[in-house]
Amino acid sequence: MSARAAAVDSHDVHVTARESAMPTALLGMLLFIASEVMFFGGLFATYFNARASAAGEWGPPAGAHGLDIVLAGVLTVVLVTSSFTMQFGVWAIRRGDIGKLRLWTALTLILGVAFVLGQLYDYSVLGFGIADGVFGTTFYTLTGFHGAHVFGGTVGLTILLARAMRGQFSARNHVAVEAISIYWHFVDVVWIAVFSTIYLLR
Amino acid sequence: MATTTLEPQADTYRRSWVLDWLTTVDHKKIGILYIVNSFIFFFAAGILALVIRSELMVPGLQFVDIETYNQAFTMHGTIMIFLFVVPVLTGFGNYIVPLQLGAPDMAFPRINALSFWLLPLGGGLIFSGYLFGGAAAEGWTAYAPLTSERFAPGVGTDLWIIGLTLVGTASILGAVNFIATIFKMRAPGMTLFRMPIFVWTVLVTATLILLATPVLAAGLIALFIDRNYGGSFFDPSVGGNPVLWQHIFWFFGHPEVYIVVLPAMGVVSEIIPVFSRKPLFGYKAFVFATIAIGLLSFTVWAHHMFTTGQVLLPFFAFMTTLIAVPTGVKMFNWLATMWRAKITLATPMLFALGFVSMFLIGGISGVMLAQPPIDFHLQDTYFVVAHLHYVFFGGSVFGVFAAAYYWFPKMTGRMLNEPLGKVHFWLHFIGFNLTFFPMHQLGLSGMPRRIADYSPDAGWTILNLMSTVGAFMIAISVLPFLVNVIASLINGQPAGDDPWEANTLEWATSSPPPPYNFDRLPPIHSERPLFFLTHGHGHAPAAGREHDVIEEPEDDPERRGGLA
Repeated sequence: MSARAAAVDSHDVHVTARESAMPTALLGMLLFIASEVMFFGGLFATYFNARASAAGEWGPPAGAHGLDIVLAGVLTVVLVTSSFTMQFGVWAIRRGDIGKLRLWTALTLILGVAFVLGQLYDYSVLGFGIADGVFGTTFYTLTGFHGAHVFGGTVGLTILLARAMRGQFSARNHVAVEAISIYWHFVDVVWIAVFSTIYLLR
Repeated sequence: MATTTLEPQADTYRRSWVLDWLTTVDHKKIGILYIVNSFIFFFAAGILALVIRSELMVPGLQFVDIETYNQAFTMHGTIMIFLFVVPVLTGFGNYIVPLQLGAPDMAFPRINALSFWLLPLGGGLIFSGYLFGGAAAEGWTAYAPLTSERFAPGVGTDLWIIGLTLVGTASILGAVNFIATIFKMRAPGMTLFRMPIFVWTVLVTATLILLATPVLAAGLIALFIDRNYGGSFFDPSVGGNPVLWQHIFWFFGHPEVYIVVLPAMGVVSEIIPVFSRKPLFGYKAFVFATIAIGLLSFTVWAHHMFTTGQVLLPFFAFMTTLIAVPTGVKMFNWLATMWRAKITLATPMLFALGFVSMFLIGGISGVMLAQPPIDFHLQDTYFVVAHLHYVFFGGSVFGVFAAAYYWFPKMTGRMLNEPLGKVHFWLHFIGFNLTFFPMHQLGLSGMPRRIADYSPDAGWTILNLMSTVGAFMIAISVLPFLVNVIASLINGQPAGDDPWEANTLEWATSSPPPPYNFDRLPPIHSERPLFFLTHGHGHAPAAGREHDVIEEPEDDPERRGGLA
């Protein structure tokens, strides 16, 4: 160690994170979500571009069943509800109530899985595919990548639930719960944008 | 015998040298892995450049067929940008940023290791096209419909897409890590406006990566769907739009230019004050100029697309010209720093000056190309090739070598040889200008880019010959660099903590720094904590280096990160 470094008053260098409101892991998750916003922004751009330059009527190819707005609406309710159950879990662990956290996380997980299964069912009956014109391509890409993110979220929720069952969270120590909840809300918001764009803005 | 053996013995925990490097999460070792990996790709892509230049030396097809030539320039561009310039600067960032902040490591060390290891994987996939019937061959910009199944039937393009997506993912994770590190890991006293300029440029760069690269990922995935699942994003026969690819690519691609250049600007802004013995002129102006460049870089993408006829020419021409203003501010920062200074022309300073002068030429030709009437004439000619090489090579690569010469003593504890460094610089500088300056003239006289052959009557032969000679000169110039690095690692002069009498915290610890970097930190009252530690604030008596005699650390190879 050099003369300079040793010469002066000693700040303790074992400071790993600044003492401030936001934990580092949470900041990391928010930054990751910022990149995800841009990713979905790119996919939405492809959708709007295709729609703007579409000749004739915009929608599923002729002869297909058309979109099932009722099923999509039910799935929307399922996912939005899951955002609430997630948040109830977060509030529970902030009070230190790990029992309630387990309950709400399990409910959120069930709703998330229900959404993915519902979407897969929707795909199986739609009657058109990704290769059937530019509507099919953009429809399956947008909803598919959103669905993949929901699936990723259910993996996160499963890990969260397993850790909660082992009692690894407390009122002071639950940054993973906060991080997963932000991700889950984000996925929910993306779905609202996808649903509004594809089903409502017809 | 009454001896006691420790159980288990201490060296049971020793890992092999290889395993240690493969599993490390130390930001310094990861930084060195980034740099070494990037230079391997640099040499590979450099060989491809020599293939291109050899073919263009004289009219006629002498060495390769057209398909091989297309693969060569595609791989050259892709590898140089995505697997050399970006990651090598990320590598310096990895090594230097935590040190300059007075931090023990990056915020997420394991994610840091993941971001690095995705790079050789992605780069290997991109290159593996050569093993499976030919690499991607549609240029690094991969315009539709050249990438359609019809024109690019091989798997080379698919491997290119997958590899680039992995490399992009690596950059995004790295960006998250840098931003979190800079906001969360600063030492006490290190406020945002006391951060070294290099850290500022890395911060803005990371923000650009975070927001631009995912858009490319979306485009790459759309392209993959088009090619493999019958999608029609970019296929106009079923409602798609080929120009959409250009929008997506350049919405990423233009911020990418600044992703590549900003950290190099940061490097130069560290070096010029140290070798001018003055503080950087206009620290805050430089910071705000960097932020302005970052913001403006998202508003200029369509200047690559003037000739499509589908973009608003006045807007993009205006914004592109505007971005030259903060860049000009930085030119004045550097010039004013050197004005009436005691300049030492050591090798890092030479490369920094090379950056300033060459990037200036690239910037001027950039403003020329931003004017639609000129661009309509020069689109897709060698003038554009000249321009982008003055920015990427004359700018960023000179910055990379400046950083290499400047921080090598910190990373290894050994000095590089100065005369060899100067030989490297002058060969490099002359070779660079010999290669790329004639390309301006070739472009003005109409030579299109990406052609494998040209007519002997076109009048392009002499300039192309000059350019090829220059390219080989650049290749030769790298040899003294390699010799220098190897000789120095074997038997270099010990560097000490602070061989350049520099300003920033990375020089306040040993060379190379120990694990977790610092035992004690000097107080941080400015962006030059080390300078004030040595020279005082002007009022208080200087706390001289000589007065506090503390023994140097022993030369312990373990502490050198295993490089020596």
